Amino acid sequence: MLVIGERINGMFRDIAKAIREKDPKPVQEWAQKQEYMGAAYLDLNVGPAVPEKVEAMKWLVEVTQEATKLPLCLDSTDYDAIESGLKLCKQPAMINSVPAVQEKMDRVFPMAAEYGAEVIGLAMSEEGVPKDTESRVALAMELVANCDAHGVPLDSLYIDPLALPANVGQDHGPEVLETLRQVKLLSDPPPKTTVGLSNISQGTKNREILNRTFAVMGMACGLDSAVADACDEELMAAIATARVILNKDIYADSYIEIFMAQNR
Amino acid sequence: MAVEILKEKYRGSIREVTLGATKEEGGTRTHTVKVGGETALPFLHFEGQLPNRPVVAMEVWDIAPEEWPADLKSYYQDVMNDPGAWAKKCVEEYGADLIAVRFKGADPDINDASADDCIPVLKKILESVGVPIILYGCGKAEKDNEIIGPLAEATEGENLLLGYAEQENYKPVASAALASGHSIIAQSPIDINIAKQLNVLIQELSTALVDKIVIDPTVAALGYGLEYAYSIMERARLGALTGDRMLAMPMISSIAHEVWTKKEAFLEDEPNWGEQPERSKAWEATTAMSLLQAGSNILVMRHPEAVRVTKAHIDDLMKDNSY
Repeated sequence: MLVIGERINGMFRDIAKAIREKDPKPVQEWAQKQEYMGAAYLDLNVGPAVPEKVEAMKWLVEVTQEATKLPLCLDSTDYDAIESGLKLCKQPAMINSVPAVQEKMDRVFPMAAEYGAEVIGLAMSEEGVPKDTESRVALAMELVANCDAHGVPLDSLYIDPLALPANVGQDHGPEVLETLRQVKLLSDPPPKTTVGLSNISQGTKNREILNRTFAVMGMACGLDSAVADACDEELMAAIATARVILNKDIYADSYIEIFMAQNR
Repeated sequence: MAVEILKEKYRGSIREVTLGATKEEGGTRTHTVKVGGETALPFLHFEGQLPNRPVVAMEVWDIAPEEWPADLKSYYQDVMNDPGAWAKKCVEEYGADLIAVRFKGADPDINDASADDCIPVLKKILESVGVPIILYGCGKAEKDNEIIGPLAEATEGENLLLGYAEQENYKPVASAALASGHSIIAQSPIDINIAKQLNVLIQELSTALVDKIVIDPTVAALGYGLEYAYSIMERARLGALTGDRMLAMPMISSIAHEVWTKKEAFLEDEPNWGEQPERSKAWEATTAMSLLQAGSNILVMRHPEAVRVTKAHIDDLMKDNSY
């Protein structure tokens, strides 16, 4: 499972301050720290820091690329901000995200095709997050069909079945895991899958163990990536271990260190 | 309807290791030999790049190999007591790409030759041939640890390929390689997990060594577990091509040592098995050709006829079959 490092997000106070004051240091430090810990992508989210999303996203992309070689995942509901960021990306990036809403898909997939970007597709519609597996898979199918129709390779699409916090939508858990399994049957090649890992623990105590356990359960169901805290060493160790158990990586006594050192 | 040909595309590649060093590079070799660099499984030219052909190293011993069968010895009769001339004959007459020197005489139970005894022999071989050299001790770790440092130091800058670093005993060889500018063979006992871990350990000693490692996964002769060795090598290669950098080293197969200790190769008085000379050549060549398909980059061999057919086979396999 690839980790999309979640830390460069205007929801965090230090990043919000950095964006407002145009101070690249905190952004670049988090970029390097997440890369060092084994992140495969870096999520960039302007958050609520400033009203002007386009300029803020451009700035984030530029300063982050000065500090890291990792591909970026541009995270915004403002597609103009994403597009202006994509123009500056030195290597193919990821778009985070698009729901199964026709007008939004019509905006995002052509943009993905133009810039060679990958896309996170959310299994939700105007009506919100569905309750059961069947509805989630139906929305995933709409995303797959639109992705294909715009000539974006299907393995560049990451379906997010959308997990809800364990203390709010506990009944969604099994549905999310089952969706991860069924999404793989939608096409050939199948789409990839992702989740916002920390969603599962939003507002709970014991956040870290919820995140780690969800990660390995998801992996057992075919989860390919997650927006997650790359600096949680125990999470990275759990992912490394699940990869060995799933026979994705060849075991060696230092397998955890090897996994974490992959970017070094 | 046109048939769509499915081709595998890998994201990883095998590391390229250079053996030997020319005068400009600090050694005395007339040329270097590159191994590895593949981006596809062996000889599948249509799926990726195979920039370097597999090479054959021929064994030269520091003492006359009296125990070898008469047919094998007949090819070396005039040079068996002169390692320099022996090496030269292997290169010039038998087409060896590399020379693998085995200091059998350093064995405490044979001549117990010291490092000082071995150094002139190694230097003589370096003077006699221009190809890169692989260096083996006597095979007994305690003694090999004593001689490897001085031998490496005496040939500083030559970028020899030093054997063996093992999981429980990798520091002497790895340190010698690091100090004197050589490459190393990392040997594991037909165990992919140890092969990987050993590379990690060597890398921890110095990251500079990671592109100077050649994996010896330990091979077996035909009839003695060849398919087991094959499957380990194949798995390592698949792992490497799918992105496992700690297994993405070129591989060496010590075929001569395995084959020529097996009765099918050396027993002369066994008429039901066919004539020993033919049988032994076929045994060594068949083992070599199988291991080529498993991904071996360097084959260490002994019989000039087996070398000849194996090299001809490599010529065929390296013909571009891409479409």
